[in-house]
Amino acid sequence: MGGLVPGLSTIAGPIDQIFMVVLVLTGIAFVLVEGTLIYFLIRYRHQEDRKATFIHGNRRVEILWTVIPGLMLFGLAVFQYDTWIAAKIDFPPESASEVISVSANQFEWNATYAGADGELGTTDDIEAPINILHFPIGKPVIVKLESTDVLHSFFIPVLRVKQDAVPGRPSEVWFEAIAEGEYELACAELCGLGHYRMRGFVTLETEEKFDAWLEEIAARR
Amino acid sequence: MNPMPGVGTMKFAMWLFLASEALFFAALISAYVLLRLTSPSWPDVSELLNVPLVALNTSLLLISSVTMVYGFASIEDGKQSRLRLYLIATAVIGTVFVSIQAVEWAQLIGEGVTASNSVFGSTFYVLTGFHGLHVLIGILFLVLTIFRSYRGRYSQAEHGGVELMGLYWHFVDIVWIFLFTIIYLI
Amino acid sequence: MTETAELSFVRRYVFSTDHKVIGKQFLFTAMGFFTIGGLLAILMRTQLAWPWQEIPIIGPLLYGEASGNILPPESYPALVTMHGTIMIFFFIIPILSGALGNFLIPLMTGARDMAFPRLNLASYWLMVPAFLLVLSSFLVTTGPASAGWTSYAPLSILQDAAPGSAMGQTLWVLSLMLVGTSSLVGAINYITTIVMLRAPGLDMFRLPMTIWALFITAILVTFATPVLTGALILMFFDRSLGTLFFAAGEGQVILWQHLFWFYSHPAVYIMILPAMGVASDVISTFSRKPLFGYKPMVYSIWAIAGLGFIVWGHHMFVSGMNPLLGITFMTSTMLIAIPSAVKTFNWLGTLWRGNLQMQAPMLNALAFVSTFVIGGLSGIFSAATPVDIFLHDTYWIVGHIHYVLFGGSLFGVFAGVQYWFPKMFGRMMSNTAGIYHFVITFVTFNMIFLPMFYLGAFGMPRRIADPYQYEMFSGLQGTNQFMTYALFVLAAAQLIFAFNFFYSLFRGKVAGKNPWKANTLEWTTDSPPPLENFEEIPTVYRGPYEYSSPLVAADYLPQDQYVDGTESPRGMPAPAVSPAAGD
Repeated sequence: MGGLVPGLSTIAGPIDQIFMVVLVLTGIAFVLVEGTLIYFLIRYRHQEDRKATFIHGNRRVEILWTVIPGLMLFGLAVFQYDTWIAAKIDFPPESASEVISVSANQFEWNATYAGADGELGTTDDIEAPINILHFPIGKPVIVKLESTDVLHSFFIPVLRVKQDAVPGRPSEVWFEAIAEGEYELACAELCGLGHYRMRGFVTLETEEKFDAWLEEIAARR
Repeated sequence: MNPMPGVGTMKFAMWLFLASEALFFAALISAYVLLRLTSPSWPDVSELLNVPLVALNTSLLLISSVTMVYGFASIEDGKQSRLRLYLIATAVIGTVFVSIQAVEWAQLIGEGVTASNSVFGSTFYVLTGFHGLHVLIGILFLVLTIFRSYRGRYSQAEHGGVELMGLYWHFVDIVWIFLFTIIYLI
Repeated sequence: MTETAELSFVRRYVFSTDHKVIGKQFLFTAMGFFTIGGLLAILMRTQLAWPWQEIPIIGPLLYGEASGNILPPESYPALVTMHGTIMIFFFIIPILSGALGNFLIPLMTGARDMAFPRLNLASYWLMVPAFLLVLSSFLVTTGPASAGWTSYAPLSILQDAAPGSAMGQTLWVLSLMLVGTSSLVGAINYITTIVMLRAPGLDMFRLPMTIWALFITAILVTFATPVLTGALILMFFDRSLGTLFFAAGEGQVILWQHLFWFYSHPAVYIMILPAMGVASDVISTFSRKPLFGYKPMVYSIWAIAGLGFIVWGHHMFVSGMNPLLGITFMTSTMLIAIPSAVKTFNWLGTLWRGNLQMQAPMLNALAFVSTFVIGGLSGIFSAATPVDIFLHDTYWIVGHIHYVLFGGSLFGVFAGVQYWFPKMFGRMMSNTAGIYHFVITFVTFNMIFLPMFYLGAFGMPRRIADPYQYEMFSGLQGTNQFMTYALFVLAAAQLIFAFNFFYSLFRGKVAGKNPWKANTLEWTTDSPPPLENFEEIPTVYRGPYEYSSPLVAADYLPQDQYVDGTESPRGMPAPAVSPAAGD
């Protein structure tokens, strides 16, 4: 976020842009408010011969500094609706995506991939080794997320992806990675004593390499 | 300075307390609503529960609110023994209400519905249980009020305690009307 | 009215119905819990700086041979849980509402005591079993609660999901039920007192902001706390009777979050509003200038309280809740920033063209404003739902909450305690010590919590005992160490405050009735006030902020001082003789 963590998914750009917009707006507000505060502390510091101005307020100024921030904040909210909808509501069709099942349990991640039949939940499903996750780039990935015990949260910082895994209530999260590399998955919801080491290893790779990897682990099983 | 002549601090505080109780029941009720709406299978309440019996029970509770009102009206006229009569009637009807509820519970448990083997059971027993608990506490306070009346505590001029009792009792009644509707009727 | 001399020590100081004593009871116990919560934070930050290293002396003492003299992994979640729980429920809420609320409400409204003094006694003594339950949870073999102060199901329900989820969690639930009851009882007392026992002439719009804030906070407590109680009861039943409210599959796991946050979001306003009230009063007094925008300030508190009930989902954006609700909750959350912004501008307006006196209470009130601004602005990032996907459950949030809770509420507490200490104890605290405490606290506070936004922007999650297990966070240890060193200095600086406080209790300069030359009613009576608060109930003729008024030569004009030729309160004859001004 903010240049510290690379954004390697299609949604990272819009999200990081919103972060920047908020940073600029709040940065300006910060400088104006704190600057005014410091200026006033110096300018109006105690002097024996001076009496403070006896004023109770100013209606016009009250209206201005209520309405202007109000419009800006409301606008800021509306400005983000599209990105939120794209991230969490508008899912790509399953037929055009790589659909993967990820099960979170104390304290590991278990990914299951569709086998040759292209469907999850069938006998030819391929189980990846514990905590190992591979995703193809350039193609939407839909993760069907579930938990077998307590709440966990599926968090891959470089993809700007986070979604709680709720036991008894499977959910879905989607993303499309755009560059290759080796990254990590962290659990982002306190799940017990091993929460700190619930670490997944994420490989983002081209579809060819991804298919090859799938074949390799299928053969091992 | 009291901005609301006619409302003493006790009555004001009782309204605040009842507001908090309303939120308490609202929490339990919203849990019930959420669980029922998202449940794949909710039992057919008209078959599982004895709706006619509980409808009768509901009318009894409503009658007990009427007796409570008559009791309050009696002491407003300074009629001590009438007050006691109506307070006793209210307490008796309240006891009948809780007893019938206990019978209902026993029947349900007999039919295998417990608080731990179904979400319906969990919500049913907790919701009706907390309401019943409030009725029991109300009955205890009614008994206390009756004793105080015997000790000459209330008069035409001063009977704030009876009014507070009435407020609490009517509140418990209103909560029941909500519960009866959403558990038994809908 | 019972004479003080006739009451035994126990009736006067232990089981007292005197709001001033009860307020002090809350004050001292809250300070004790602040120490415990702070020590827990030190242990947490030590782990974050040097994971799994043995702490000299303390390590063997606390953790023992069995765990190799180091923090056992299962204890870190317990540390964060108990730190949050203690700071929120046993420190900040009791010290703001319980201590300042109790002490100040009757005095600032011109009443002799609360509407229900015996109920007030109950509200403190209900806390005592709560204290015992929460403290005893540290001694349980399976450990104290460790599911976070947020206690999400199923981790908090399944007794074997984490060590602390056994007896520790049960004690946590029972303790909080008692705290909730105590709060509720107190709130009913406060609301009744403020509405019904005000002195003659004290219209609602002549109340000081501290009282408005405590009043609206009490309304929040009345409406929000019962929902937490309900949730705790459901949790208790799930744990002990096997009910299925939050059960995976049959119940709704997320139901806990909805019920919990429906209370806990208003709760954060319960934690900040009184401090905002204090800041307004202190800033006005030490600027020698009327509060700018009194009515907008009051309406803003109402707006914060009201909107506070419809934003709870912003804690749940990625919880599995219907994502459409992300849109509604983001919008309401953005809007709730408006009244806080309005208040900030009005504090600036109060300073503008004032005659600012930088005594310790004022410095702390100014720190409140400056750090609250950072806390509030950082909240806008989390309110931005798409951005929150990244920031949720990271150190960004920890930074945000500590800027509003420590920067906001705690500096507000420092301001309030130093401001009203003379009234409570009849002596002055040392202003010099207060300034030293303030400077070190303010600097180290920012050194600890500002980097948290940096950590959060890296995605470093909260509640993780060893972030450097992850390569992506391995470069952050240096920053964490810096923060921990700063915390050691911050903690040491609190000793200055503690020493100042306790030394001044016995050896502080004797204070008169009105050392700050302030306007509100508590300053018209002795320091400390007599048992019945006022010799004669004052009559109020004006609002609380008439500083530098042209009506008088002095730069302050107490609320109860009649000025010839000015308007009398409705229906009251002007007094025959003007009462003398304060000291």
